[in-house]
Amino acid sequence: MASAVFFLDQKGKPLLSRNYRGDIPMSAVEKFPLLLMEVEDETAVVPPCLSHEGVNYLYITHNNLYLLALTKRNSNAMEILLFLHRLKDVLIEYFKELAEESIRDNFVVIYELLDEMMDYGYPQITETKILKEYITQHSRIFELVVPQAQARPPVAVTNAVSWRSEGITYRKNEAFLDVVESVNMLCSPTGQVLRSEILGSVQMKCYLSGMPELRLGLNDRVIFDHQANTTGKQMATGSGKSGGRAIEMEDVKFHQCVRLSRFESDRTISFIPPDGEFELMSYRLNTNVKPLIWVDCKVTKHATSRIEILVKVKGQFKKRSTANNVEITIPVPDDADSPKFKTTTGTVKWRPEKSSIVWKIRQFGGGREFAMRAELGLPAVQASDATESKPPIQVTFNIPYFTTSGIQVRYLKIIEPKLQYQSYPWVRYITKSGDDYAIRMSS
Amino acid sequence: MQARSKQLKNTKFPDVDTQWLFGCILCLALVFVDPTATRCWIWEQILGITQYPTLYPTGISSWLKLPSCRELESNHIAMSQWEKRIRDLFRTAPRGETSELRKGLVSQYAHERKDAIERTIHAMTLGKDVSGLFPDILKNLATHDLEQKKLVYLYLMNYAKTHPELCILAVNTFVQDTEDPNPLVRALAIRTMGCIRVDKMVDYMNIPLQKTLKDENPYVRKTAAICVAKLFDLNSQLAIEEGFVEELQNLMDDANPMVVANAVSALAEIQDAAPQTKCFEITSTVLVKLLAALNECTEWGRISILTALADYKAENAEESGHICDRVVPQFQHVNPSVVLAAIKAAIAHMPSQPNDVQETLKRKMSSPLVTLLSTPPELQYVALRNIRIILQKYPSIAAKELRVFYCKYNDPLYLKLEKVEIMVNLATENNVKQLIAELNEYCHEVDMEFVRRAIRALGQCAIKLESCAPAVVDCLLDLLDNKISYIDQEVMIVMRDILRKYPAFEDAIPRLCDSIEEIDEPESRAAIVWILGEYSDKIPPIKSLIAPFCRSFLEEGTQVQLQVLTAAVKLYIKRPDEGKELIHELLQTATSKSDNADIRDRAYVYWRILSSDPAVAKKIVLAERPIIETTIEKMPESLLNELLGEISTLASVYHKSPANFMGRGRYGSDEVQKRALEEQRQAKDELNDDNLLDLDSGEPAKSDLNMLTDIFMNQPSSNNSATTGAANSASDDILSLFASVTAPVPTPSGGSSGAAPSADPFNFSSLNIQPTKPSPSLVAAVTTSTTSSNGSFDDLFGSQSASVPPPTTSGGDSKNDLLDLF
Repeated sequence: MASAVFFLDQKGKPLLSRNYRGDIPMSAVEKFPLLLMEVEDETAVVPPCLSHEGVNYLYITHNNLYLLALTKRNSNAMEILLFLHRLKDVLIEYFKELAEESIRDNFVVIYELLDEMMDYGYPQITETKILKEYITQHSRIFELVVPQAQARPPVAVTNAVSWRSEGITYRKNEAFLDVVESVNMLCSPTGQVLRSEILGSVQMKCYLSGMPELRLGLNDRVIFDHQANTTGKQMATGSGKSGGRAIEMEDVKFHQCVRLSRFESDRTISFIPPDGEFELMSYRLNTNVKPLIWVDCKVTKHATSRIEILVKVKGQFKKRSTANNVEITIPVPDDADSPKFKTTTGTVKWRPEKSSIVWKIRQFGGGREFAMRAELGLPAVQASDATESKPPIQVTFNIPYFTTSGIQVRYLKIIEPKLQYQSYPWVRYITKSGDDYAIRMSS
Repeated sequence: MQARSKQLKNTKFPDVDTQWLFGCILCLALVFVDPTATRCWIWEQILGITQYPTLYPTGISSWLKLPSCRELESNHIAMSQWEKRIRDLFRTAPRGETSELRKGLVSQYAHERKDAIERTIHAMTLGKDVSGLFPDILKNLATHDLEQKKLVYLYLMNYAKTHPELCILAVNTFVQDTEDPNPLVRALAIRTMGCIRVDKMVDYMNIPLQKTLKDENPYVRKTAAICVAKLFDLNSQLAIEEGFVEELQNLMDDANPMVVANAVSALAEIQDAAPQTKCFEITSTVLVKLLAALNECTEWGRISILTALADYKAENAEESGHICDRVVPQFQHVNPSVVLAAIKAAIAHMPSQPNDVQETLKRKMSSPLVTLLSTPPELQYVALRNIRIILQKYPSIAAKELRVFYCKYNDPLYLKLEKVEIMVNLATENNVKQLIAELNEYCHEVDMEFVRRAIRALGQCAIKLESCAPAVVDCLLDLLDNKISYIDQEVMIVMRDILRKYPAFEDAIPRLCDSIEEIDEPESRAAIVWILGEYSDKIPPIKSLIAPFCRSFLEEGTQVQLQVLTAAVKLYIKRPDEGKELIHELLQTATSKSDNADIRDRAYVYWRILSSDPAVAKKIVLAERPIIETTIEKMPESLLNELLGEISTLASVYHKSPANFMGRGRYGSDEVQKRALEEQRQAKDELNDDNLLDLDSGEPAKSDLNMLTDIFMNQPSSNNSATTGAANSASDDILSLFASVTAPVPTPSGGSSGAAPSADPFNFSSLNIQPTKPSPSLVAAVTTSTTSSNGSFDDLFGSQSASVPPPTTSGGDSKNDLLDLF
């Protein structure tokens, strides 16, 4: 549990704080910037948990801000740090961005939120949707219009279904499922895949009335196996023939609305969804995937005159699919200048501030191959210490209507026992690069 | 004109800066247009503006006076009087803001009051002391505006301590609010009451708390549940007497899972603070309730319940199995903290399960643990620190997951270091090739800390798995070609360990010697000197390599000096012709010029041994050393077991027992003090064992050392410490004895007029005179004892360099100590 929560500016000066337990002098925060410096001087590594004279400082950073929690006990570090992240997310949803200015301007709301999100150091409610129902930014305007209606805690706050309010109605009942797979990959210069993982996420946009019961069917192998076990052998062979390939998801995480015990017992994903957008589930696959977009980069460096870069890109995915907005970022030396580019397609730009060149290809068909030549000048004098960082080539892209893992939504059943309306589920698939799709440069 | 100026006066400007500027400009303009009509208005402005006194540098006031003088004269008012007034106004300036706020707080208009409250809170946020406004804020307590109420309550919480007596005035409103029809207000009131940590308030909390605990609205109940914990903290006796703790236990039956969760949190806290209350004893009925609530609860509630489950000692294996079954589905929760808490609970109940169940559990745990690495970096850090603990206990959990720990290019440094640490732990014959390729890649990055860690990791792999050693050595030697100083430093240290374990890699030594000039850090210098000493017979230009170290001997760090001494001795033993001159000079310098007792003692020991019998010296100095099994740091078993119960807490992040970092907190200084004393006592006991018992040699060593001390104690010259503290630290005494025995030697004034030591460095007969009569026998005793067990001498030297071994020292550490020495 946290004893106090602080927002600090870049220099460690408190912007706003809330003391929850009163067991730590609030002046302890003054030690924080010094502590950061001390630790950095000593070991050059500053972890997010620090201890000083019996006070523990746990912090996260965001936009030059520190969100800091203090605690005196041997508290649950994971819980506190996660709470700080949630706090950050909630504030971002409230104010669009979280920066010094927005904290100064909205201190009243932030105090209210802090009061509601944590009590005596125990996190309480961190769902923005619910909080927004009774902590409104313009409550004053509210009152002028309807002076009688006072904010009340939404039933949802303490309901068993804390994520959905009752009495939601839509004229047209629709549910959209987006299956998004992010591919993270690290390749050696020779094309060997060093590490690859697929982070999948099923995002849902839910515009349904009442309290609907949803059931989602996927082609998860574990589910198939389970069905095979329960319904007998015939089904197993049947599904094997008809149902295409089944995939094995490694670690599935569900939104809190999904009944975990039900999933554990019969692998059914059943839930009452929150209203609007949310992430229903996420999963991870550690299978070895071939690089979807392979970059072959040859660098010839003529010291003290110029550097030549020859890049070949190949789309190694199905011919039917097309990758959109492919961006290949190739690092170049910091002191390079006067770039010249030649390419068969797309545009190339030099980004001196990031010491890289970026090659953009808007449409990239499966199986196609493109090439690019770049030449940059190098200064005539060379720095004495030739330690150069060697960042990898980074690639970003997205490929619609395609999943790398082959995951498929087999059905999405929507049942609202009381209203019994007709509803329309929609499903989309997309594969994109994760935040770490990198190919190492040869040395 | 008059009307116009009136209008201007009423104009509200967005902020004071512009107001002031605008005012000035208008003044000047109006003076030109119509001086007489403007007069009054200007004055009003000037006086009015003084409400914002902070805007005025003092210089402006004098500037202000100039035009005003003219105006005043025309108005026939004594100038001095006006001036005085103005000056007074400026003097009392600092109180301006507060007084204005006060004015706003007691205004008759609701919106002005609210505005003033907001400004007060703003000032509070900025860190200004607005406690003076306490009485005025109190007047605004009774309001129906929820937002205003919240602000007033916030103010009360912050400043209650400054006006404890005034807080009582607020009680009535609080009590009324707890009966408000709006549950938000009821909850707010009871929550705030708990946060006003004033003794007098406690008495008035009784009735409202009773009422809110039985409130019909779960939102109020869940707030009241936490409030019991607050009350207990303030006045535990009252909380028990009035039956609040029992109420809390009843709340565990509540229909609403959030209330249950908060009740569990509160009870756990009370139990923690006062174990004697036994308020949170989980019985089988309670267990059923908790398990039922687990699936319904909000994410944060689940953490409390899971933590409680982890701390619960199950009655039998069946019950544990049941808990595990119910906990496992939580691995799928999206909240990483819930996942970690679930893993903690599963680990706590796992040992009582049959093996196959354990294996299934471990398998199920593996991928949720790995998925924790897709969270934000701070959370990843906590996860990684915990994974390290879990892996040391159950290595199989992530045995196949090496690749997920590969560092990302833009990971923060603290994550990279943790990941390397885990990767080294996961290295096996099967994956080590990949790992070395990956580590080699890291060695080419720019971050110094990271590169050094990667190099060290390479060494750890080589020592752990013999098969990969050649590849690692190649890799390290290639790194030397880069001619980067910090890489060279680290490579030396790693190569020392590798050569220690695999002497066969001596081919690498010439290349190490090439970069000897670059090495400037003590640890690295010590490492290269050790290598030189160890291989002194195989390096042809050895003398020219060691000589610079001997020349700069006095400037070196202690660590290096000790190594240089040993290296020189080794050189002398292995190649007496080349080393003779060197060692003589060195021992001279060390014994006479060094002001470090350790160095002098070591030099004397060597001197004496060498002079008595070179053969024995050879046996001692070139004794076979214990083999290094691993250089990977492992937590001692006791700490590991303790930390397994602390998963996801701060203790698991620091890898320290909670008692070691928790200060004089609410746990009371007594507790900490007591523990510290106990620990000290324990450490002492351990120390005794450590010093007397060698790690490698058992009983014989002990008796040998005892014999040694006996002999020393019989010495006529033995000092007091030797006679008194015999058992406590035998080795220290031996050393002090050596010192006392030979103390007179280097100083001619010591009365020993015998032959000058310089005549023959090893003629100890000339040195061992006077105070130590039976010294030849002493040396004999030393030699006999050491020949009988080489190990005991190892230990003697080991404890010399680290005179008080830390209580946590494991086998690996003391081996390192040894390594430093020889």
